[in-house]
Amino acid sequence: MSGTFVGMPAFPKAAHEAVHDDTLRGNLRHATHTIRDKRARAVDELADFALLREAGKQIKDHTLRHLDRYLVQLEESVTAAGGTVHWAADADEANRIVADLVKATGQSEVVKVKSMATQEIGLNEALEAEGIAAYETDLAELIVQLGHDRPSHILVPAIHRNRGEIRDIFAREMGSWGRPAPDGLADSPAELAEAARLHLREKFLRAKVGISGANFMVAETGTLVVLESEGNGRMCLTLPETLISVVGIEKIVPTWRDLEVFLQTLPRSSTAERMNPYTTTWTGTTDGDGPTTFHLVLLDNGRTDTLADTVGRQALRCIRCSACLNVCPVYERAGGHAYGSVYPGPIGAILSPQLRGTASEIDASLPYASSLCGACYDVCPVAIDIPEVLVHLRERVVQGGEVTSGGAKVRLKPAKGHAAERAAMRAAGWAFARPAALRAGQRFASRTRRLHPRKLPGPGKAWSASRELPKVPAESFRDWWQRTNGGTTGKSPNSGTSGKGGAAK
Amino acid sequence: MSSRDLILGRVRQALVDVPGDEATYEQAVSRDYLRVHGSLSTAETVDLLAENLADYRAIVHRSDPGGLPALLARLLGARGEPGARRVLVPPGLPAHWLDAADATPVPDEAGHTAHELDEVDSVVTGCAVAIAETGTLVLDGSPDQGRRRITLIPDHHICVVRVPDQVVSSVPEALERLDPARPLTWISGPSATSDIELDRVEGVHGPRTLEVVLLSEG
Ligand code: SF4
Repeated sequence: MSGTFVGMPAFPKAAHEAVHDDTLRGNLRHATHTIRDKRARAVDELADFALLREAGKQIKDHTLRHLDRYLVQLEESVTAAGGTVHWAADADEANRIVADLVKATGQSEVVKVKSMATQEIGLNEALEAEGIAAYETDLAELIVQLGHDRPSHILVPAIHRNRGEIRDIFAREMGSWGRPAPDGLADSPAELAEAARLHLREKFLRAKVGISGANFMVAETGTLVVLESEGNGRMCLTLPETLISVVGIEKIVPTWRDLEVFLQTLPRSSTAERMNPYTTTWTGTTDGDGPTTFHLVLLDNGRTDTLADTVGRQALRCIRCSACLNVCPVYERAGGHAYGSVYPGPIGAILSPQLRGTASEIDASLPYASSLCGACYDVCPVAIDIPEVLVHLRERVVQGGEVTSGGAKVRLKPAKGHAAERAAMRAAGWAFARPAALRAGQRFASRTRRLHPRKLPGPGKAWSASRELPKVPAESFRDWWQRTNGGTTGKSPNSGTSGKGGAAK
Repeated sequence: MSSRDLILGRVRQALVDVPGDEATYEQAVSRDYLRVHGSLSTAETVDLLAENLADYRAIVHRSDPGGLPALLARLLGARGEPGARRVLVPPGLPAHWLDAADATPVPDEAGHTAHELDEVDSVVTGCAVAIAETGTLVLDGSPDQGRRRITLIPDHHICVVRVPDQVVSSVPEALERLDPARPLTWISGPSATSDIELDRVEGVHGPRTLEVVLLSEG
């Protein structure tokens, strides 16, 4: 994955620093609480949200289970529509393909739409090494790039910066990348956005090559879809002569109609809006409208290894809405950088160790970066059971076992330095043997409540040393609801047989 | 081995657990979610569109064919001190719509550079479909809407929606009407960002002002 994060300390170490950074924690708390409340209202507006969520899960699961077929179909449709499809097994190959395509245009600069996939492969750094300047055009990505910084949130990558810091970064850095910030720039969001508009516009208007990711690719039609807010995406997708999209192979949906599910669930889960301000769809190239050359780079980079894990593969359903970050008590305190990956928060904790393997210290520690409270599962618009995958990955880290790495089956040794977890996991071993008990993390957490230490062992120690571990409720809401039939039996949540019964459901 | 074969081989290897007689796509996905939320009359659907457009800071006007040229002249005239001077028009926009306006119509031509488009003050277009539940306009590049870039570069966009013909209630109804082979632009309110402390600011790159005219048959 991205060289950007090489040398990152393991999660607990980085988190330990973050929880002592008052600005960061203040910014994060404000941001995550604001957006999570708004999201709840946006979701409540749709009476059938639960059904849309289920359909989204089913569409993605079906696609993943027949991914070979849909990849071939997508390739045919994109090609028929005038695009060229490339396949990249890993980050290096994807970067090489993109660099060669850019060089073939004779250009030495490109404009970029915010994209997780290109961050994951470290494309900007790879292009720079080839003498190609890649300009991020999303406002938050611009803040991150000008600040020589790393993104810390999927949706709002500069969430860790406040307006004063952003003003300083713009005033200091814009001049060396292009049009300088206006003199006497103030720190109101409106003035900062205006400075970004002027700075970026000169780049958009002269750009010959645009680089993007995609939120969805439709196998049936070869259509790519990008959702955004600012219009920088539209600029990059329509003004250049050449468009190169780097997209993970899991982003396929089978049919045009499937978009009806995700265009309803994604904006509401992500920015808490009924619809994001701009969505662009394109199918190959169109005469006279938009780029005349279109390249699609299909990226594996650990995705097929993830697909091989029958428990972990559900992480590939992710549509990168970031709702799980905003409800996560660990993310809220630790911040995105602590995860040492472009994918922070709960999804990062299960995706990164699968894409990269669990050999490094940071990746081995990520499955522990959670309290297993289950809030991430509850908000996920494609119902990824993140707690289930976390527990599964902990088991892998602690006990080792068979995994797929680079397409080959390998036997993983138990991670070194995890003796404490091994002991903790052995104690909780009874639960692993009962898959039904793992169906929802909060239920698992409730049942193993007595086993929960007040302080985390091993790599969790540093994190929990500065935090009280969240208390696990005696019984999950879901269990209470089922047991009491929604409260109609009159039992209080705390009475009765907490933690017992229902485990086999 | 090509990377294509390598990746497809890995995918197939990863999916050995998937039984050969798995449910088909049609069986695998339950479509029991709603096609439309609520049951509104045609007039109520148009009202909902107006309400949701305004909620995302678009400025909504209503007109009929007789009143449209005067309305457009007024809206363009209200731009800045001298009013909009140069107005971009897609090739299929009814010419008489701008009859009453002072501004010079600039036809969208393939030869225009992005810099030239940056010189215009406003753009006036039609619309393919408008979605009431989300307050969304969809442009599909038809002659009255023009290429994607003309509604992106100018700072002021006036979009004329024929009601109720071009209005649907929901996202599923909109997708059904749209042709995926065309390049589509979905617009919900003017350009916006929430990247700075999650404060919403209108207009980073796209038009900062979006005006929508709901044009009834009259
Ligand atoms: S895991 Fe679910 S909630 Fe988290 S970003 Fe992905 S889709 Fe959104």
